[in-house]
Amino acid sequence: MSGLLLKEFLLVWRGRARIAAALTFAAATLLMFSFSAGADGRLLQRLAPGFLWLAIVLASTLTLQASFDAETQDGALDGLVLRASPGAIFYAKALTNWVFLAALACVLLPLIAALFDASLGTLPRVLAVLVLGTAALSAPGTLYATLAGRSRAASLLLPLLYFPLIIPALVGAVKATELAFFGDPMNQWSGWVGLLGAFSMVFWALCGALSSAILEDG
Amino acid sequence: MTRERVAAGFGVLGLILLGWGSYLGLFVAPPDRYMGDVQRIMYVHVPFAWLALVVFTLAFVYAVLFLVRRSWRWDALHEASLELGVLYTFLLCVQGALWGKPTWGVYWAWDPRLTTVAVMLLSFAGILSLRHFLDDPIRRASWSATATILAAANVPIVYYSVRWWNSLHQLQSSPETVSSSMVEPLRLNAFGLLALTVALLMVRSWIAADRRAAAMAPPLPAQGA
Repeated sequence: MSGLLLKEFLLVWRGRARIAAALTFAAATLLMFSFSAGADGRLLQRLAPGFLWLAIVLASTLTLQASFDAETQDGALDGLVLRASPGAIFYAKALTNWVFLAALACVLLPLIAALFDASLGTLPRVLAVLVLGTAALSAPGTLYATLAGRSRAASLLLPLLYFPLIIPALVGAVKATELAFFGDPMNQWSGWVGLLGAFSMVFWALCGALSSAILEDG
Repeated sequence: MTRERVAAGFGVLGLILLGWGSYLGLFVAPPDRYMGDVQRIMYVHVPFAWLALVVFTLAFVYAVLFLVRRSWRWDALHEASLELGVLYTFLLCVQGALWGKPTWGVYWAWDPRLTTVAVMLLSFAGILSLRHFLDDPIRRASWSATATILAAANVPIVYYSVRWWNSLHQLQSSPETVSSSMVEPLRLNAFGLLALTVALLMVRSWIAADRRAAAMAPPLPAQGA
């Protein structure tokens, strides 16, 4: 498992040009969202949490897909399956994607604050939501990227399967970010964070258990 | 020839019950006190909602059975129930929109049940296109079964998260609160659609099995070899 993790982080480091590309992509989507909403500063401020999460989700479709480039070329994944258990391969990949996405989200945060004049509210709460929300995205995202990457229409299939599945995570993450940004008079923050936590737990467990069906029947 | 007869029997029974139930619903049952004749769409809307849930539950069960038992039978039934479920939820959304406009004033509302059905439609339509884009029958069967299990696990989470996010849909009525002249057509239509669903599932799974067998058949030897 530690060897697999090392391999994953090495892959991320060697493909670090991708980090810049994902960031640029997310920043470009943020600009487009603002232009679609108009020049009303107060409206933009109110929409900032939703824009942040949409930018993360859209950028994640690129990074999730790209995280399998090294394995799908030359059929390296088939070799890997012979050496390690499917669960270990999956969790190493998902964990790396999580760290990568959480880092991406943290870098987007100051950009959101600057572009939309959003006060970041209680920062520890915002950071907790970013970490938990990206965890919720990365387990199903990694599993679907594994399978989409080896089909005929990878870039088409990943969002098709991934977007409907993460809707509860998106609802929870946007609500919790809103409450952390603008204050939480009704004490609802922990409820939404609980939803994110429950979603993550269900899908980290389920995707790990199902990864053998994906990797061994390849 | 017996399985064809059974399917045809269920199909004909379903059509008769649907015809009878719809006749009662359209011409015999009284119009709703508040909604008037528009409410008659309920006699198809509710059976479709029930059967869509039944068919997706079946899809989940067949997906699990395929992964556990590894038999092509379950894959064929899985494909049939996925396709029928997507068709039913699509029709459900269209019927709901037609009913919603005159009664709620809008085609669509962000109600938990509507949103959950929309997410189900999108999730399972995505799985159908996944099946379409995978050429190897083994990959297709086991990968789509995995996706079905994930999508099914997501349904209750979607429902509760949207309910919490925004809650207009009328609560379910039970037969005790509804006049018997309204229950009868509803019950006939529900059983009619159930029988029709059984027939469609059977026929569609035979088609799926035939296509899979054709895809896996060894190539014919060359002429004269």
